[in-house]
Amino acid sequence: MQFRKSWIMALALTSVVALSACGNGGNNAATNNGGNAAATNTQNSSGAELSGSILASGSTALQPLVEQAAEKFMDANAGVDIQVQGGGSGTGLTQVAEKQVDIGNSDVFAEEKLKDADAEKAAALVDHQVAVVAIAAVSNPDAGVDTLTKQQLVDIFTGKIKNWSEVGGADQAIQIINRPASSGTRATFESFALGTKTDDLPGSIQEDSSGTVKKIIGETPGAIGYLALSYLDDSVKTLSYDGVEPSVDNVISGKYPVWAYEHMYTNGEPNETVKAFLDFMMTDEVQTGDVVELGYIPASQMQVSRDVAGTVTTK
Amino acid sequence: MRVKPKKSRFEKHHIENFIGRAYMSFCVLLLIVIIVSMVYFVASKGIANFVSGEVKVSDFLFGTKWSPEADTPSYGAFPFIAGSFLVTLLAALIASPLSICAALFMTEIVPGWGKKLLQPVIELLSGIPSVVYGFVGLSVIVPFLRNTLPGQGIGVAAGALVLSVMILPTITSVAADALASLPQNLKESSFALGATRWQTISRVILPTTFPAIMTGVVLGMARAFGEALAVQMVIGNAPFVPRSLFESASTLTSVITLGMGNTTMGSPQNNALWSMALVLMLMTFVFVLLVRMLERRNKI
Repeated sequence: MQFRKSWIMALALTSVVALSACGNGGNNAATNNGGNAAATNTQNSSGAELSGSILASGSTALQPLVEQAAEKFMDANAGVDIQVQGGGSGTGLTQVAEKQVDIGNSDVFAEEKLKDADAEKAAALVDHQVAVVAIAAVSNPDAGVDTLTKQQLVDIFTGKIKNWSEVGGADQAIQIINRPASSGTRATFESFALGTKTDDLPGSIQEDSSGTVKKIIGETPGAIGYLALSYLDDSVKTLSYDGVEPSVDNVISGKYPVWAYEHMYTNGEPNETVKAFLDFMMTDEVQTGDVVELGYIPASQMQVSRDVAGTVTTK
Repeated sequence: MRVKPKKSRFEKHHIENFIGRAYMSFCVLLLIVIIVSMVYFVASKGIANFVSGEVKVSDFLFGTKWSPEADTPSYGAFPFIAGSFLVTLLAALIASPLSICAALFMTEIVPGWGKKLLQPVIELLSGIPSVVYGFVGLSVIVPFLRNTLPGQGIGVAAGALVLSVMILPTITSVAADALASLPQNLKESSFALGATRWQTISRVILPTTFPAIMTGVVLGMARAFGEALAVQMVIGNAPFVPRSLFESASTLTSVITLGMGNTTMGSPQNNALWSMALVLMLMTFVFVLLVRMLERRNKI
């Protein structure tokens, strides 16, 4: 009996300790520990030798590019260790704002995710736009439509137009394949293609993964959705927007408006190692090599630029 | 430390005993601490929206409008709760008869090769990763439903079908264990009274093992309720209570997996997702309680 009592006491005590530890930690408990996050630069500042570790997390759309560039960067700088994790744009922004990672990758401007109470967190972040992703409306190949106007797209995504015959296509009910409300791709499509936020419609299908979206659109009669240019192939029909074909050239010249930057955020100005890596992302080697190879559009070649409010200026 | 007087030998096995006990206690303590802190963490994040007054509990549980990104956001999670229960119950309805028959086949009808054949198959089923189930569902079940039934194939029915295959092994193995542990003399007495095999199974074996079989069904439902990936791939994820079985709907798990990475920690939308996680966790407790109650009834 004596033994059992002390057991229970011990249990209760440890639980209390654990709980209070949790309480102090706030919402850090679910995230990475920051131990390896802090990049340390032990080398003399004048030397070319870089060292330290860089931890990046966030957007899964940007992850392949950062990973591939990181491989090259690590080959050239043996002392540097770069880890790239996914998790989504929201996760990346949260973690970089709380200094748990060095770089937060995001599909959207930080101000769009960190707002209201978190607005000052966004103000501390420094934006590095490394690539551009353009998004095209796509349909099932049997829909029989080549181009849609902005108004037609709005009517389709708000449920006013329900059949492809109303926009000059086959007599086939329209099936919307959307993204979840929190998705960066959806935010881009709504801001720059539709110009308005849309409510979800009953019966619409929502998927987050571009691969799944493409598969469903390709197989479902009458399906419409949107995909990044790098995902387009013959299984789906790419629709022109107001008569403008979604091509890399049209995006670079600013004719095709449905595109967004891929951002790599740092909290304050980056340290030497992180800065070197971000500079490397903007070199021609990466911009005209890996960026193009992986289906993104080089940020350095864009002839127009856009700020967080959506105002486009010609460079 | 070689042979020593009697006394030290005696001490040695005491020491072993002590080390063993200390190690075990440490492991158990660690386990308890982990569980308690996880429950605490989910609960504290889950109630954050209600504490701050951002969302009312009743609006969350019974609100039918989920539009977190609208200018006046609303966080009604009823469509997801309803969707979770709907697919779980449907999956259990489809899977239970199949699993119970499979278990009877293995233990009563052809215990020899039936067990040899079915056991590995069922173990294999339970080992397949859920993403594979989801992909098979998307590539096989969805086109099949689209071509034979109304709707686009994607929807509640597809989700329930995929889930029912996923919970088959759980129910079958629990039911088979229950049937195998039935005292042989019960069956022998029944046969001795002149009952046929069918009479024995339907009047003696099934009623006696019913609570144990139900334990399997509840465990299967718990798995179905918590399954995220496979369901998310085939159910369509529209945030609405479905009007038919062939319409796109969402479950708690699917909306959490779709939204968690895209939202920032501490935002109301993120907290609403944690509230759903809390609902999921509470449901798991309910399932565990149910299993406990059934086990208590399961004394033969």
